[in-house]
Amino acid sequence: MRWYVRELTDESAYDRYVAYVRHEHPDAEVLSRRDFERMRTGRQEADPRQGFRCC
Amino acid sequence: MRTANPRTIVIWTLVALVGAAGWTVLALSRGEEVSAAWMVAAALGSYAIAYRFYAKFIAYKVLKVDRTRATPAERLNNGIDFHPTDRRVLLGHHFAAIAGAGPLVGPVLAAQMGYLPGTIWIIVGVIFAGAVQDMVVLFFSTRRDGRSLGQMAREEIGPFGGAAALLATFVIMIILLGVLALVIVNALAQSPWGTFSIAMTIPIALLMGFYLRVLRPGRVAEVSLIGVGLLLFALVAGRWVAESSWADAFTLAPSTLVVWMVAYGFIASILPVWMLLAPRDYLSTFMKIGTIVLLALGVVIALPTLKMDAVTDFASRGDGPVFAGSLFPFVFITIACGALSGFHALISSGTTPKMIQKETQIRVIGYGSMLMESSVAVMALVAASIIDPGLYFAMNAPAGVIGDTVQNASQVVGSWGYQISPEALARAAENVEESSLLSRTGGAPTLAIGVSEIFSEVTGGSLRAFWYHFAIMFEALFILTALDAGTRVGRFMLQDILGNVYRPFRNVSWKPGLVITSAVVCGLWGYFLWVGVHEPLGGINQLFPIFGISNQLLAAVALAVCTTLLVKSGRLKWAWITGVPLAWDATVTLTASWQKVFSSDPKVGFFKQRQVFQDAIDRGEVLPPAKTMDDMHTVVTNSTVDGVLSAFLALLVVVVIVDATRVCVRHVRRPALSTLSEAPYVESKIIAPAGLIATKEEKEEESRAVVSAGTPSEAGTQPPAGPQ
Repeated sequence: MRWYVRELTDESAYDRYVAYVRHEHPDAEVLSRRDFERMRTGRQEADPRQGFRCC
Repeated sequence: MRTANPRTIVIWTLVALVGAAGWTVLALSRGEEVSAAWMVAAALGSYAIAYRFYAKFIAYKVLKVDRTRATPAERLNNGIDFHPTDRRVLLGHHFAAIAGAGPLVGPVLAAQMGYLPGTIWIIVGVIFAGAVQDMVVLFFSTRRDGRSLGQMAREEIGPFGGAAALLATFVIMIILLGVLALVIVNALAQSPWGTFSIAMTIPIALLMGFYLRVLRPGRVAEVSLIGVGLLLFALVAGRWVAESSWADAFTLAPSTLVVWMVAYGFIASILPVWMLLAPRDYLSTFMKIGTIVLLALGVVIALPTLKMDAVTDFASRGDGPVFAGSLFPFVFITIACGALSGFHALISSGTTPKMIQKETQIRVIGYGSMLMESSVAVMALVAASIIDPGLYFAMNAPAGVIGDTVQNASQVVGSWGYQISPEALARAAENVEESSLLSRTGGAPTLAIGVSEIFSEVTGGSLRAFWYHFAIMFEALFILTALDAGTRVGRFMLQDILGNVYRPFRNVSWKPGLVITSAVVCGLWGYFLWVGVHEPLGGINQLFPIFGISNQLLAAVALAVCTTLLVKSGRLKWAWITGVPLAWDATVTLTASWQKVFSSDPKVGFFKQRQVFQDAIDRGEVLPPAKTMDDMHTVVTNSTVDGVLSAFLALLVVVVIVDATRVCVRHVRRPALSTLSEAPYVESKIIAPAGLIATKEEKEEESRAVVSAGTPSEAGTQPPAGPQ
């Protein structure tokens, strides 16, 4: 249940990102949560079609 | 060929019987009041059969979804926007993205023709057109790394058809925003309670944005709980404000609200996403899902009776006060999103295909979500049909027709055959603590009355006014979010188009370009909003058909792209799967456009309307419902704009369809000439169930994979512990 809530709200995005970077690029630097969330809103800013909702 | 076991046969026979019983009662009962339970039975029975048989057939026989083929989420996983997402989670995300105001407003307006035509189209339309479109677009976009509809049109049809599709999308976006804003203005005008609680959502969202940015980044669940709590408090406080001396400050005229709305849209769209848009989006999604679930429970628990006629006289006469035109084609145009929505093609191509785990899940995500959306439309139709038909027409007819006193309204509505006393009209407004409910057009207030009726049957009548404003707030919340997000998307398209003329516009973060394009987009939809509010003939009456037509035309574009792709990918035999819905949708929509442009009935045809009013101006006469010569000139200008726009949109879509046909014919004649830009096959390593509930074989397969690999696949792709 808790897992489901975290996934639906996309709160788990950061954990997913960390797991991904550690697994695929072990030497790369992992962003802090603050920087990661900033980068995410920045991406939405650059392409507003991401996460667009409908009528 | 496998044989079905007896249990399956018995279960599906029962489901078919439930659906058939619902349809029979709805179709045959005349004169007596029918329970909404039959509508629910007809809908759920039909959905279940369509999902089990038709959707499965399309997925496995037509599209041939391949469970061994890796999706873009698996191949291009970057841990951010491309990542394999659990199907139950993605179903939630996808549904939240496609469900909006459309399926709630359209059916309410369509109830003017009775509940039966609307019910039939919502259910039949979704099964054979809407859900098919969503699913097929999702499939083809998934095979193309999540390409957008516009990109697919350009690559698969050609630059000309692609450009027409892009331009049509932009125009449609502008009309959508104008009409949605109009719905909200009509709901908030002269309502201090509603206006106050909606205004409070802005500081609440700012607070949430600050919390997420600075205090505790990424903690969405807790901040959303805080936000919803504050929102409910704002709702309760709205009543205190409405009863206090502040009430005047929040009692705004429609034209004042227009100014506020456009200013909000402009400022919100140039502020950073984290400040307003992102937190608002969380709030509105929670409210939306919560209210839809509550409404479904309310309908099932209260099982109200339908008071509206099954088919009203307006269906054949075509002179209804809510929107003009006869049943064919206008009921289909008006319902729009709940049955077939072109906008969904924008979600099904783009975000969702980048997150889908397995091709086999396209059925549950694409087809399944759309069935859920359709059930929302059915609930909206129930909500509109359970209120007194007299009240329904008094709320939805333009002020120019029924006047602005309860006596006058009661008389006019009575002349249509729906008796309601002036006292009953006044009491209905008093019950929800509004000054008046007359001509509250746009669907949102009517839906709110229906919702408050259903909820107060469960919770008791003392909360009626609260539930009314709760429903208004819930719609206003996500329409305001849509204004912000839609302005950004419109701006993005405009930047792209202008970038061809003046390079710096291409750079989306170039500030002057950003401000200019935002202002242009807000100005454009603001124009339609202004026109809608000041239209003597009734803004919703004039503009909603254009909105419906534009949405259905976008669906025609999507279906044309799908059909072309089916033909080009060697599925000519199955091209009818989207070809028939395309033919139907094109017929309906182009007929509607034709009538809107050329009809000799001044209520329907924009140019005839223009001529009638222009002739009267030349004679120096003022025709009702216009009151002054200025009104007359307004009508002439608006009819001209609306008429030209309808013709222009229809023309763009004809261009796309003709171009798509050309490509299909060329492919059939000389297949060697066409190219197909499908991403190459890569074997999938993820093992995941196709449907919502894993079958026995799928569970076994999953556990075998875990044993042989030692560890589960990629971190984050599999839930450590599922909710089951």
